[in-house]
Amino acid sequence: MTIKIALIGNPNVGKSLIFNNLTGGRAHVGNWPGKTVERKEGKCIYRGEVVEIIDLPGTYSLTAHSIDELIARDYIVEEKPDVVIDIVDASNLERNLYLTLQLLELEANVVIALNKYDVAESLGYRIDVDTLSKMLGVQVVPTVATTKEGMKELMEAAIEAAKEKKRKVILNYGKAAEELISEIKKAILKDKKLSSKYPARWLAIKVLEEDEEVLKKVEKSPYRNEILDSSMRSRAREILGEDPEVFFAESRYDFISKILPKVLIGEKPLTLSDLLDMVFLNKYVGIPIFLAFWWALFRFTFDVSAPLSDMIDTLFSHLGKTLSSMTTNEQLASFVADGIFGGLGGVLVFLPPIFFLFFGLSLLEDSGYLARAAFVMDRIMYKLGLHGKSFIPMLLGFGCNIPGVMATRIIDSEKDRILTILINPLMSCSARLPVYILIGGAVLGSYAATGTYVMYMLGIVLAIIMALLFRRTIPYFKGKPSPLILELPMYSKPVLKSTLIHMWERGSLFLKKAGTVIFTGIIIVWFLSSHPWGVPLEKTYLAVFGRDLEPIFRPLGFDWRGAVALFFGFIAKEIVVGSFAVIFGLGEKSEIEEIQKTIRSEGVFTPLTGLAFMAFTLIYIPCIATVGAIYKETNSWKWTLFSVIYGLILAYLTSWIIIGIGHMLGYR
Amino acid sequence: MSTSWWRTRKDRKIPLAMLSENEEATIVEIRGGRGFVRRLSELGFTPGTRVKILVSHSPGPTLVEIKGSRIALGKGLVMKIIVKLEACR
Repeated sequence: MTIKIALIGNPNVGKSLIFNNLTGGRAHVGNWPGKTVERKEGKCIYRGEVVEIIDLPGTYSLTAHSIDELIARDYIVEEKPDVVIDIVDASNLERNLYLTLQLLELEANVVIALNKYDVAESLGYRIDVDTLSKMLGVQVVPTVATTKEGMKELMEAAIEAAKEKKRKVILNYGKAAEELISEIKKAILKDKKLSSKYPARWLAIKVLEEDEEVLKKVEKSPYRNEILDSSMRSRAREILGEDPEVFFAESRYDFISKILPKVLIGEKPLTLSDLLDMVFLNKYVGIPIFLAFWWALFRFTFDVSAPLSDMIDTLFSHLGKTLSSMTTNEQLASFVADGIFGGLGGVLVFLPPIFFLFFGLSLLEDSGYLARAAFVMDRIMYKLGLHGKSFIPMLLGFGCNIPGVMATRIIDSEKDRILTILINPLMSCSARLPVYILIGGAVLGSYAATGTYVMYMLGIVLAIIMALLFRRTIPYFKGKPSPLILELPMYSKPVLKSTLIHMWERGSLFLKKAGTVIFTGIIIVWFLSSHPWGVPLEKTYLAVFGRDLEPIFRPLGFDWRGAVALFFGFIAKEIVVGSFAVIFGLGEKSEIEEIQKTIRSEGVFTPLTGLAFMAFTLIYIPCIATVGAIYKETNSWKWTLFSVIYGLILAYLTSWIIIGIGHMLGYR
Repeated sequence: MSTSWWRTRKDRKIPLAMLSENEEATIVEIRGGRGFVRRLSELGFTPGTRVKILVSHSPGPTLVEIKGSRIALGKGLVMKIIVKLEACR
């Protein structure tokens, strides 16, 4: 028999670390059916028992107000896992036990993992584990996820709990409220179908709390009039006050504050976190410190990854040449060298910068700093019609827009979230960088580096303008962004393995895209540029197609070669550079200097049109995979289409303005 | 401590936003829409709870300490949390 264990806990309690520890880091990652919330599952064998562990979304509470909470709650009531491991931050018992009480109310078979036990001890807290266990009627296991302490004990306790379900504690809400609860419960018990599926007492409390989802379920019951008796409801208002949910929240916190003195000894001292916050959150130096971190992160990313990218580049072109020389069939040789290896190499050179950037960001996030960055940037972001939390997806966008778009999930308000998604593609992802390097290096001469820098800034400026514009003009976004409510975790020393897993989860999204969309795109470009086989480049399908596109781009000064590169860049920006190589018949992976020389000698771009081309590349939609991510996250074709179209228009307009200004200044 | 008029009066109810960094007070009520009041009550912002201002970027976000954790509250939210100061000694 399989034992099903669900993991739940507040955000930042070390839940994913415990999940990785228990499952050995091997997880099946998917989505909850019909939702954009990630679902992680892992299977393992413990002492001959098959154990299935599911990671529920991090949540403070189990109301129906957010998707995350609803998913966690529905899973527990409907799938009825054998055990629910509630991960509790030992250094912050008061807040964390709130969720525990709600789990007990749900009649879940709870085992508590008292995580960060070492942190609690180092803060001078002493927790009476046995008393806590007795008072809640559940097993409590102290754990330190970072050092894997207590993992075995936790597993033992969970398996024991799965086999022998003990009676748990029931929180008493006081005589008057309890009378109401038992009245409603009696009515609910008449509906056998309803009460066999859900715990009756829990339903009764939720009816009193006026929980929308539960009310919907009760509406369908034949006994709905008895359960939702109106006279009883007005009585409830009298006893429980204006908002009954607040009454229950207060009572739960009351209960916690009563048991806390019996299990917890010690006052919270001034911690290192407090000291760090004095600096990092300082009103004046907070933002400069953040900018310094950001700059360091980018330097680290590009400096460390450059030699690795070069290695991959050399390796693949070498492999391609070696393998293609083994056949005498010209077409096959070209396919192997330019198509497959050229294509793969062209994509894989992006792996190092993307992974290093995500490693750095994961490090900042796992240490607790990223939440602080959201705090210090909140004021500026709010003025731009965004949100402190919008900031994290923007940072990720510099690596790759796909995880950037996905990271908008942390934003609660749908409006703010979609707005953040729409401007994310303007963050210059690492795939655009090679285009800047290629074109800038070819035509901007000593200003090449400045050109690249200008592109990054242009992306940020346009994102700000678009955010303001959309907020003002699109009726859906009207109004102020919903204000920030965000818990700042304690700073903690990141664990290498967990940071690596974190990095991998984001980076692998890019890898997936590379293996499918980009690879296919490059093969298509190779095919079109080499067929009909044997004709000169000007007669290939690609050139014919490019000439058809040329009129559209003529006002911007791009010829058919630029048009073709941009067209295929729609599949992925990684293809733009490759396209030029193929067009010039230099082979996909020829040295970048060679391509640049050809661009100059054939006069494909002037410095001005080169700059316009770079801007165009920056602004229009980054790649087909990002479009897919936008669709998945907004769940709307309307917004997806909107993001593609506005990107194209904005790209065209910006390039056109660049050309116009250039002409005015006398450049050609 | 400053001697603003409201500080000299006992049980004066004021918005949390009026407190300076490192000052503490007791929550009396949360004003605002239902969703907002519920959201905050789940995080422990309930009447009778002690709350302390840790960092204030007024008029930007404020960081408060409540029930042992730090919660960042965006612009305007601290105006909706009504607190009561202790009488001066």
